[in-house]
Amino acid sequence: MSPVLEIRDIKRDYRLPGGLFRQDKVIHAVKGVSFALEKGKTLAIVGESGCGKSTLARILTMIDAPTAGELFIEGKRVDIAKDGLSPEMRRKVQIVFQNPYGSLNPRQKVGEVLMEPLVINQTDMPASERRERAQGMLKKVGLGPEHFNRYPHMFSGGQRQRIAIARALMLNPSLLVLDEPVSALDLSVQAQVLNLLADLQDEFGLTYVFISHDLSVVRYIADEVMVMYFGEAVEHGTRDAVFSNPQHSYTKTLFAATPRASVENIKARLARKAAA
Amino acid sequence: MSILLEIENLSVEFETASGPFRAVDGVSMKVHEGEVLAIVGESGSGKSVSMLAVMGLLPWTAKVRADKMLFQGRDLLGLDASARRKLVGKDMAMIFQEPMASLNPCFTVGFQIEEVLRVHLGLDRKARRARAIELLDAVGIPDPASRLSAYPHQMSGGQCQRVMIAVAIACNPKLLIADEPTTALDVTIQKQILDLLMRLQAEHGMGLIMITHNMGVVAETADRVVVQYKGKKMEEADVLSLFENPQHPYTKALLAALPENATGDRLPTVSAAAFEEVLQ
Repeated sequence: MSPVLEIRDIKRDYRLPGGLFRQDKVIHAVKGVSFALEKGKTLAIVGESGCGKSTLARILTMIDAPTAGELFIEGKRVDIAKDGLSPEMRRKVQIVFQNPYGSLNPRQKVGEVLMEPLVINQTDMPASERRERAQGMLKKVGLGPEHFNRYPHMFSGGQRQRIAIARALMLNPSLLVLDEPVSALDLSVQAQVLNLLADLQDEFGLTYVFISHDLSVVRYIADEVMVMYFGEAVEHGTRDAVFSNPQHSYTKTLFAATPRASVENIKARLARKAAA
Repeated sequence: MSILLEIENLSVEFETASGPFRAVDGVSMKVHEGEVLAIVGESGSGKSVSMLAVMGLLPWTAKVRADKMLFQGRDLLGLDASARRKLVGKDMAMIFQEPMASLNPCFTVGFQIEEVLRVHLGLDRKARRARAIELLDAVGIPDPASRLSAYPHQMSGGQCQRVMIAVAIACNPKLLIADEPTTALDVTIQKQILDLLMRLQAEHGMGLIMITHNMGVVAETADRVVVQYKGKKMEEADVLSLFENPQHPYTKALLAALPENATGDRLPTVSAAAFEEVLQ
């Protein structure tokens, strides 16, 4: 089976202009990352803030062009710096952002939010069909037709994230990039959104790139895990391999730092405290 | 151990266009000296509002009522505003969620730490500076003497949170309230900040109230846990029995929704209907 997404040695530099007497400074945000991802799988990218995971997400979604390296989507080479981006490529990859409060336009009704991708990308579609599809998608993400004419401020954080997911799915993408989709949500709402993502993956055969720094969520949802540190992929493997036998020292640090809500862990801590 | 903070039947109401809204409804709790109490709940459960009421930081539109609100045996609700201001920031202090937003961007870090020392302890300039350096050192900021003249925007989120902690512990408070102190931070930084808080708590024997929605943080820090939902206290237990044997259906649902406790390929969700009748 050919991979839905493949990247080879992707690099991204940012130039900071130095001024008259100072040299330009170059920041290497992503330093040569490669992987391939098959259809229906979930790759989780883990790392701390500033490690380049969101920059990589922007490259994967073809928002930003890489400085060097190759990006293949469904086996087709994409180079937005040279060729620009065709509407059908845009249809294939969609993104859901971290903050559902910031990623929806407060002046746009939910129905318009959902129909806009169709207006832009499928100009020949009649308005009645657009409406129908948007209503159908609302239902799929667990909202109702009564929500069609409401504004984003009338929804809770979890519902807004559902709207953002619905918008991303309007064009039937094959790849969905999720940039910390549940880190702004409460525990119970987080569980609902994670379940929704799993349901949608089963139904549409979606491929996910899931960016997160919450290892318990990653362990639950991912098939493969990639750990990034200062722009490099320091570890990449199946979920079980990475979690049971972390190789890189940074991965080990990350695991050690993650608070664990297990009874054995609490017992150990209380024992340490009593001894001290 | 003597009781530091005692709250009985606290309720907070806000006046809204559609009538009064009760954010906190009949919550009681006690904090002993040297104890770590975690308050857990989702957003909107009233966990922050109840602690803001203790600190006296709610806007005047909020109606705070309680049968008892004692801090070291003194009635907080009976105090006048100036007596309360003398207490807040000195004997009880609070750390907020957004370190970047809760420091003043217009003043240096040193000024903001020294301000507390000037207002509450009346130290002279030299002593203030020495103490500020000592505090920055205690919270683990490298090269503290030169960092005093840094502005908040020149520091990272983790460092800003350390400065916030330095401001809060400047007068050696008896009670420290940490309102989601690590929510905005990376896991590695979160670990450092939690370790720092626990070390300071043990060294000074402070009472510490941790407000959080992260069950992992609760497991790593708390002695006792209060679970809140929609402004009401659902359950109170020591940390081990809460995780081992949760009594209330809401606590059970909350623990089951943790991804690390997942057994099947879907997470059980917290449905309000399941325990709504218990609330009645």
